[in-house]
Amino acid sequence: MSRLSRRQALALTIGAPLMVRLTPASATPGAMQAAIASWSKGAAIEPGLVTLTLPLLVASGNAVPLKVMVDSPMTPEDHVAEIAIFNERNPLPDVIRFHFTPASGRAQAETRIRLSDTQKVHAIARLSDGTFRSAAVNVVVTAPACVEN
Amino acid sequence: MATMIGLPKSAKPGDIVEVKLLLAHPMESGFRGDFDGNKIPRDIITEVRCLYLDELVFRAEFFPAVSANPFLGFTFRAVKSGSVTFTWTDMDGNESHEVREITVE
Repeated sequence: MSRLSRRQALALTIGAPLMVRLTPASATPGAMQAAIASWSKGAAIEPGLVTLTLPLLVASGNAVPLKVMVDSPMTPEDHVAEIAIFNERNPLPDVIRFHFTPASGRAQAETRIRLSDTQKVHAIARLSDGTFRSAAVNVVVTAPACVEN
Repeated sequence: MATMIGLPKSAKPGDIVEVKLLLAHPMESGFRGDFDGNKIPRDIITEVRCLYLDELVFRAEFFPAVSANPFLGFTFRAVKSGSVTFTWTDMDGNESHEVREITVE
């Protein structure tokens, strides 16, 4: 085992506390996590399969265009039943829920949402086999919704 | 502003039809205050449904984070000619609906 050089040791001393600090900051706030768990009934959620499209930076958080889609054959045996949108920093963690059937043809929907602050928006799809897949997009908001009159 | 519905007049069987819906509604979040500092009570649409040939093809549940004058875009698979019904419900249970016809051949 190689010994640490003085330079590496120094980097670790400075870097280690930073890593500890950064981890909680990027973790999703508890209210949203609780809302997701109650919606998914605690099921495991695996990232992927979901395409969530939002602008990366918006001037106003009053009407942010959101588009979500999941590549799915949309057959009675294999389709997307629901896509729920959650956010981290609005007064309420829920945003909108889209429900699909095989007759929807595509698991795709768009709308416009309010964002009170710069934050991550999460889309979680519930598939007909009972599994959950997700995607998240960070949106920088320069003038938030909800607070101004 | 009135309700606006974007639905093609016709489609071929099996086509994926794109629907766009714009509802006239303030979607008052319940988090805002007026000039006197009183809270403006929440007033939102809670659910939008789309039925095609009497079958549910799409449904959305709204929360206060949906923007004023809500916009929805979604799809359904064309099967045969018939009516497409859009129904939206507010938090007091008031229901509104619009019906459009689509020709599928």
